[in-house]
Amino acid sequence: MSPSKSPKSPMAALIARDIRLALRQGADSMMVIVFFVLVVVLFPLGVGPEPAILARVAAGVIWVAALLAAMLSMDRLYQSDHEDGSLELLVLSPLPLELQFLAKAAAHWLTTGLPLIIAAPLLGVFLNMRGEGFAVLLAALALGTPSLSLIGGVGAALSLGARRSGVLLSLLVLPLFIPVLIFGVSAVDASLIGLPFKAQLLVLGGLLLGAAALAPWAGAAALRQAAE
Amino acid sequence: MGQFIGSGLGSYRGQRIVFRGLDFAVDGGGLLHLVGPNGSGKSTLLRVMAGLLPVIEGQISWDGVALAQDRDGHRARLLYVGHADAIKGALSAAENLQFWCAMAGGGDAWLGLERFGLAKMADLPARFLSAGQRRRLNLARLAAIPAALWLLDEPAASLDKASEEILEAEIRRHRAGGGSVVMASHGRDPADGERLDMGAFVGAALDLGDAVL
Repeated sequence: MSPSKSPKSPMAALIARDIRLALRQGADSMMVIVFFVLVVVLFPLGVGPEPAILARVAAGVIWVAALLAAMLSMDRLYQSDHEDGSLELLVLSPLPLELQFLAKAAAHWLTTGLPLIIAAPLLGVFLNMRGEGFAVLLAALALGTPSLSLIGGVGAALSLGARRSGVLLSLLVLPLFIPVLIFGVSAVDASLIGLPFKAQLLVLGGLLLGAAALAPWAGAAALRQAAE
Repeated sequence: MGQFIGSGLGSYRGQRIVFRGLDFAVDGGGLLHLVGPNGSGKSTLLRVMAGLLPVIEGQISWDGVALAQDRDGHRARLLYVGHADAIKGALSAAENLQFWCAMAGGGDAWLGLERFGLAKMADLPARFLSAGQRRRLNLARLAAIPAALWLLDEPAASLDKASEEILEAEIRRHRAGGGSVVMASHGRDPADGERLDMGAFVGAALDLGDAVL
């Protein structure tokens, strides 16, 4: 270690710490990806290897699996900070809690959302998805998964300190994921049958902007409550 | 400079009054010991002072400005040491401290490690540190990050004699520079500084319990 590293901005430091923790405790992030792949791979076994059926459900299956995988990693987002006392110090640090919430959501997306997006085309091939849909699937996931990190972050902050917080978190957050799911799947389906899909992508972008504007306030309020 | 004053403070946890009608004053360079038995509200008062708990009754001010009007300024001037050490086992000792320095907007992590005798363990993952070493790593924030007000909740817990002396020296240095300290110290008789006996407010609280709520 060098005695004095160049000073980082607080937000960058928080993102860097969470990514570093995720990489060093690699099991958590890997588990999310493995879970995602496994759920999707189970589907052909369940519904049968009929290529036409698989191609029909491909977009929906990938999206639902991505939602569930994002949920799986969500409850750890603030749990360990809450347990080891870091949350108190974060609440007391000069950086506004709303920005800290954004930083944690960004780190969560980089360590889970981004790998999901990278794995998705491979799973599209498994499910016999037609080539035209791939680019739209990636674009939809790129716009949709950050919303999942933001909305899920609010749920994670709200369920801090609750017993069985993982289950509570799913009940709180999964209904809120429905709009993202609807427009995410519909964008891919539209592109596969040759219809315009721009509107769906714009709605996903709108949902992301809305979540980025509102989630930090709700999340920061919940975190203050949890640190009391 | 740095007058930290609270007047008529009251706090409730659940349906129970922790303390009422409590006053305190700490000047720049001052040291206030909170003494009293377990459950007398020392930690609660420190959390109210830090702003983790809302001021329900009474007022706290810094240099005449109420806390409620200057939350950002208050967070920027205080360091809080609670019961938990806020250390990530997967990060090295230095990385832990550097993170808190960066969050505070500046600080000298290396100085903190050296003062608290952790320089040799700087690169060791923090999960290998003993309870006393973890506590020292938490306390090293005090030396690393400049702040006007220290709020310490039983800082000497699990420290050995030598480390306690390091802490005392840091407190003296901080006070000599005009900094203030409020410290919960479990029953022990403090050598210097003011004393605030939290035990005195427990009885009063119990008498008033039903009348107020």
